[in-house]
Amino acid sequence: MSDTALRRGTPARHSGGPPRHPSPAPGLLTHTAVMAARALRISSRNTDALITSLALPIMMMLIFVYFFGGAIDTGTDSDSYVMYVVPGVLLLSAGFGAATTATAVSEDMKGGIIDRFRSLDVGATPVLAGHVAASTVRNLCSTALVFGVALLIGFRPAASWSGWLVVGAVLVAYIVALSWISAAIGLLARTPEAASGFTFFMSFLPYPSSAFVPTENMPDWLHGFADHQPITPAIESLRGLLLGQEMGDTPWIALAWAAGMLAVAVAASGTLFRIRTR
Amino acid sequence: MTGPTGTTGSRGGGTADGSHAIEAYGLTKSYGKPAVRVLDGLDLRVARGTVFSLLGPNGAGKTTTVRILTTLTEADSGSARVAGYDVVAERSAVRGSISLTGQFAAVDETQTGEENLRMMARLSGLSRAGARRRAGELLERFDLTAAARRPVRTYSGGMRRRLDLAAGLVGSPEPEVFFLDEPTTGLDPRSRHGLWDVVRELAASGATILLTTQYLEEADRLADRIALLNRGRIVAEGTAADLKSRVGGHRLDLVLTSSEAYLRLAGRAVHHSPETLTLGLPTDGSAAQVRALLDEVDPTGHAIERFSLHSATLDDVFLDLTSNAPTTPEASTHV
Repeated sequence: MSDTALRRGTPARHSGGPPRHPSPAPGLLTHTAVMAARALRISSRNTDALITSLALPIMMMLIFVYFFGGAIDTGTDSDSYVMYVVPGVLLLSAGFGAATTATAVSEDMKGGIIDRFRSLDVGATPVLAGHVAASTVRNLCSTALVFGVALLIGFRPAASWSGWLVVGAVLVAYIVALSWISAAIGLLARTPEAASGFTFFMSFLPYPSSAFVPTENMPDWLHGFADHQPITPAIESLRGLLLGQEMGDTPWIALAWAAGMLAVAVAASGTLFRIRTR
Repeated sequence: MTGPTGTTGSRGGGTADGSHAIEAYGLTKSYGKPAVRVLDGLDLRVARGTVFSLLGPNGAGKTTTVRILTTLTEADSGSARVAGYDVVAERSAVRGSISLTGQFAAVDETQTGEENLRMMARLSGLSRAGARRRAGELLERFDLTAAARRPVRTYSGGMRRRLDLAAGLVGSPEPEVFFLDEPTTGLDPRSRHGLWDVVRELAASGATILLTTQYLEEADRLADRIALLNRGRIVAEGTAADLKSRVGGHRLDLVLTSSEAYLRLAGRAVHHSPETLTLGLPTDGSAAQVRALLDEVDPTGHAIERFSLHSATLDDVFLDLTSNAPTTPEASTHV
């Protein structure tokens, strides 16, 4: 086919006269669904990144269990470190997985596609929500893989039905919140490379928590931070619930943290989007 | 056919009488700190169903003008109506009536051409089935059916621009005003001609088209009227013939014998090279005019050592049309 040939027979158009009214605008839900399908399609074709995001959490778990696990005394009665570390690995991989959202958002801002979306009256929320939805689906896949491999190497969860439900809710809430924070970072960064650099810090948030070692072993100042940072209640509730313990209001504290982080991220990303597209 | 209208358009008379698809009055816009004034009181009127070209060098304000008229950015002052709607107060209505093709292809590289068009069609409110049908029609119309299932990253530059244009047409009804921001920049000559055909077809179907370009030839071939934009102002406006008659079309370079002669003639020149005592004067290139010009500037036959004739470039057009204007610094430092 050639670049010059073009079909003839453009449909006739009525010129002049009063301006026509544009077709009724589709809603926020349609826009978000279309944007989520787009983000999923794009990330499913980004094979390298997809393999990394699926393999990395499993590698992290294997490293912790087999390299460090023998040297860590968690002070729990569970006989193996894998029982202790799975929640931490899940949150760590949520952080890593969410970080790709920043790069994807930043790529969008770099090209002309945001202008096209805006000219179709698609606002910041559907664009970002689409990326966050895709990130959530990706993360749930890697979470399922982590659970699968953990079962193979000796993880024996004892959670009740309701316990599993709460585990799912806490995980999804954190994935969504971290992804939206990551989306805001993608708007803040001037280049996709910078975006990916910024999110590196977020991926490290699980380390100063009870994710991999009990916080009592940390220096006092870090101990205080580790006990009160947003990742800790999530780790504590996941661990407790998976071991079949009663967790009281810890899961609610975790969900409240996630809701708070999400609210801040949505508000910040709205403002950042307006600034970036001014 | 009217003559060139110069820089001062009618200001503040923003009546929507329906005969103009685009009307802009006194648009100004500054960016950054210290503020750089990108638009400096731009007035523009584009009649319905015509092709209008904004011609200017990089940094003249072409893209900023397009972004204001397409509601993507707001002017600091001034007002504009597109398709009868105010670009600020009736933003959604404007967006529903226009199509924008920017300098950067606004399509996803990893999606196929068809997926891109279906996505845009869904976003503009078509049903799933409607979107599939519309995408098929547009791929056919822009001769992209064979490439429909290939990722856009495998497309040539020309195919990409055509897909981009198609993406701007997904809405229903079709847009009545098209904004094409440098649609052929970076394309090879063959793709450029292909895109010109697309523009002509859109024009033939009755659409209003505002096209920005750095290429005189492109404006000449496509536009009913051309506005020359420089430093955020329209410095001349008219038909291609009007503008050509103002600038001549060729440049007569004179190597002078003395600096006295150089200084005497410098005011008429569009090209100055004091080191070599060379001045370039606009001319239409005909033997009669060149002879007359030589006689006129050098009646005694002693001031000119040599001469040569060049085709006028866009630079010459600009230098000629801006040579009387005081040169203002690029950026004002105190704001």
